[in-house]
Amino acid sequence: MSQVLPPLSAADLAPVAVEQVAEVLTRPSLSYWQDAWIRLKANRRALISLWIVIALLLFTLLGPLLWTVDPSLQDLDQLSQPPGVDRTAILVLPYIPWHGESLDDPKDSTTDRLHIVGAADSQAVRLRWNHDLAAVGGYRIYRNIFPIGVEQAYGLPLVMSIRETWFEDRLDLKPRPYFYTVISLNELGEQVGEAQTIEVSLQRVITIEEARKRGLIKAGASPAIGTAVEIKLHPLGTDYLGRDLLARLMHGAQVSLFIGIVAPFLYVLMGVAYGAVAGFLGGAVDGLMMRFADFVVALPFLLFMILFKIMFGIGPGESGILPMLVAMIILSWPGTARLVRGQILQIREEGYIGASRLLGAKTPYLVMRHMIPNTMGVILVTLTFAVPSAIFTEAFLSFIGMGVAPPTPSWGSMCNEGIKTMLTTPHELIFPALLISITVLAFNLLGDGLRDALDARMRSRE
Amino acid sequence: MLQYSLKRLLQGLVTVWFIATATFFAMHLVPGDPLTSDKAVTPDIRANLEAKYGLDKPLFTQYTIYLGNIVRGDFGISFTQKNREVNDIIREHFPVSATLGLLAILFAALGGVLWGALTALFRNRLPDIIIMFLVILGISVPSFVMAALAQLSLVNINSMFGVTVLPVGGWGTVAHMIAPSLVLGLGTMAYLTRLMRSSMLEIVNSDFVRTAKAKGLPATRIFSKHQLRNASLPVITVLGPAIASITTGGFVVELVFAIPGLGRYFVQAVQQLDYTVIMGTTVFYGAFLVFMVIAVDLVYGLIDPRVRLK
Repeated sequence: MSQVLPPLSAADLAPVAVEQVAEVLTRPSLSYWQDAWIRLKANRRALISLWIVIALLLFTLLGPLLWTVDPSLQDLDQLSQPPGVDRTAILVLPYIPWHGESLDDPKDSTTDRLHIVGAADSQAVRLRWNHDLAAVGGYRIYRNIFPIGVEQAYGLPLVMSIRETWFEDRLDLKPRPYFYTVISLNELGEQVGEAQTIEVSLQRVITIEEARKRGLIKAGASPAIGTAVEIKLHPLGTDYLGRDLLARLMHGAQVSLFIGIVAPFLYVLMGVAYGAVAGFLGGAVDGLMMRFADFVVALPFLLFMILFKIMFGIGPGESGILPMLVAMIILSWPGTARLVRGQILQIREEGYIGASRLLGAKTPYLVMRHMIPNTMGVILVTLTFAVPSAIFTEAFLSFIGMGVAPPTPSWGSMCNEGIKTMLTTPHELIFPALLISITVLAFNLLGDGLRDALDARMRSRE
Repeated sequence: MLQYSLKRLLQGLVTVWFIATATFFAMHLVPGDPLTSDKAVTPDIRANLEAKYGLDKPLFTQYTIYLGNIVRGDFGISFTQKNREVNDIIREHFPVSATLGLLAILFAALGGVLWGALTALFRNRLPDIIIMFLVILGISVPSFVMAALAQLSLVNINSMFGVTVLPVGGWGTVAHMIAPSLVLGLGTMAYLTRLMRSSMLEIVNSDFVRTAKAKGLPATRIFSKHQLRNASLPVITVLGPAIASITTGGFVVELVFAIPGLGRYFVQAVQQLDYTVIMGTTVFYGAFLVFMVIAVDLVYGLIDPRVRLK
C-alpha cells in the first residue's frame, strides 16, 4: 500500500532554522558629529563655555528688545553714576532766589560759625557765616568733594565776597557730600586767621514740573511736596555722558560680536577655498600659492590693519566697521589656508578618494563631498580660536581710536572711554572689560573642548 | 647650515621688499595726497610743489625712488613735525621700545618655563589649579585693561607705603621699566605657560626620564638637566611669533604708561595721519619682525641638535 505524500512545497525545502546563540556586540553606529557631540558633552568646561556663548548671543540679539533704552540718550542728572545708587528724589517747590536773609531757622541765629541756611539739596546750598573784623579784604569760598586734609587743599574756589557774609551755591550740584571752606582775606588778599570748613550732604530734589516732564510721576497724579519719587533706572550705571551702560553694552556687543564672529567666518572661508585649491592642484601652482600666503603672513598684522583702514579713507575718529572687516579678511586667511592645504594633501592620498575617483567622481565632487567635510573638524576649531583674537583686534583698534567712532558703542571703545576715569568711576571700565574677558575666555575654552572632541591628533594632553 | 641661513636671509629680503611694496601701494591708494591741506593752493603753486617733491612723476618712477631711498635707509621727513626725519624718530624711539620688548620677552620666557614646569610637577594639585586659573585670566584680559589695572595697583601700593615703590608711568630708570614690561609680557607668558605645561607632561612620562630615574640620578638633576631642558624647546619655537605679538602689544602699553617708544609714536602718527612716519615705521617694524623670526629659527637649529636645517 502506498502512502500518498502531499506534494512538496517550497516551505518543506527551507533549511531547518538554527537558533543563533552567538552574542552580537553592537552599538548604534555613530557619525563623526554625534561622536564629537558626546565628547563635548562630557567636557564640563566646554559645555559651560557653550552656554556662556549662547547667553552672550541672547544678550546681544534679544537684549535690546527687552531693555529698550536708547544707548545714545544722555541722562544729565546721572553722569558717571555707578550701579546701585540711591535713586530717590524728593519733590520740592521751584527755586526761590535768596539774598542772604534769615529763613526763620533757629540754628541760623544761634550759630556764629559757618553754617547752612535752610535745606541743603541739589537745587541750592545756602551758606552763612559771621562777620570777621580781620577780613578787610573780604572772603573767599571754596568747595571740595574730598575732606580737607593737612595739605589744606580747599578745592574749587567758588567766589570772592567783599562784604556779604553769605553765599548761595548753585553750581552743578550732585547728591553727594561737599566740603565748603570760607577763608578771611586781608587787604592784600592773603588769608588771615583760621579757615572755616563745613561738611554738607546734599539730598537729590526735583520740582514737580520737572518730574512730570520726565514722566517720573503718573499723568494726572499730583503728589504732595516732600514725596519721594524714583529717577530713571540704570542697572549698570551710566557713563561720563550719562548714557545707560547696559544699553551701550548690548549695542556694543552687536559691533564687537559681529566683527568677532563674522570676520573669522569669512576669512576662514577664504582660507578654506584657497587652501583647498592649492592642496588639490599641487605642484608648481601649490608652491606659488603658498609662497604668496607666506608673504601675507609676514605682513605685520596690526600695522597693515591700520594702513588698510587709512587706505579706505577712514581717518581716526570715523567709524568703519566694513573696512575693518575687509582688512581682517585680507590679512588673516593664510593661517587657515595653510592648515587646510596640509589636510587636503593628506586626504588626497587616502584610499577612499581613489575609490571614489575610480567610480567616476569628478574633482569638484571629490573636493566638496569628501575633502572639505573631512577637514571640517580642524576648520571649526580654527574658527573658534579665531573669534577671541578678532575680538581683541577690534578692541585694540577701537582703543587706539582706529575702530568704531564715538556715537556707535563697541566694547573696545567703551574701555577706551572708561580708562580715562578709571580712578573715580571704575565701573565704566570694569563692565566692558569684563564682557570682553568673559567672551574671550568662553571662546578659548570652547575651542579647547572642540579640539579635544573633533581632532584626535591635536587632542590636548591634560 | 650656511646655505640654509643664506637662503632664509634671501627669503627675508624678498619678504621685506613685499612689505615695502604693499605699504607703498596701500598708501598711494589713500584718497588725497600730502599736498592736500587746509590752505587753498593755486594750481601753479601746486604744480611746483609736486615737481619739487617728485609727485608729478609716473607712479612707477616714484616707486623706484621710494625703494632706492629705503635701500639707502632713508624714510623721508615727518609731515606733522617740521624738519624731523623719520630716521631720527626711529633712532630715538626704537631703542626704548626694543628695551621694553626685550625685557617683556625675557620675563615671558622665564616665567612661562618656570610656571609651566611647576604646573606639570604639581599636576591637578593646588599650585597647578591656581597657576592655570591665572594663565586663563592672562589670556582673556586685554592688554590695555591689564595695563590700567597695573597702574591702579601701583598707585595704591605707592600711597600705602607713602613712598614711590615703582613709578606709575614714564621712562628712564630701571624702576620705570619693571611694571610695563611685566604687563607687556603677561599675555605671552600665559601662552608659554600652557605650552610648557603640555610639553613638560609629555617629557615627564618619556623613556629617557625613566632611565635617568633608574640610574639613580637625584630628582633635582633630572628636573633641571633632563626635563626642563627638553621641555623648553617648543617654547623657543614660538618665540618668533611671540616677538611679533609683544611688539604690537607694546603700542598699548607705551600709550598707557606714557613711555616714549616707537609704538606710541606710531599710534600718534596714525591718529594724525602722518603718512611718512606710518610708512617708515611699518617697513621698519616689518623688516625687524621678519629678521627676528629668522634669527629665532636659526638659533633653534643651534640649540636642538635633532633639528637639521636644510
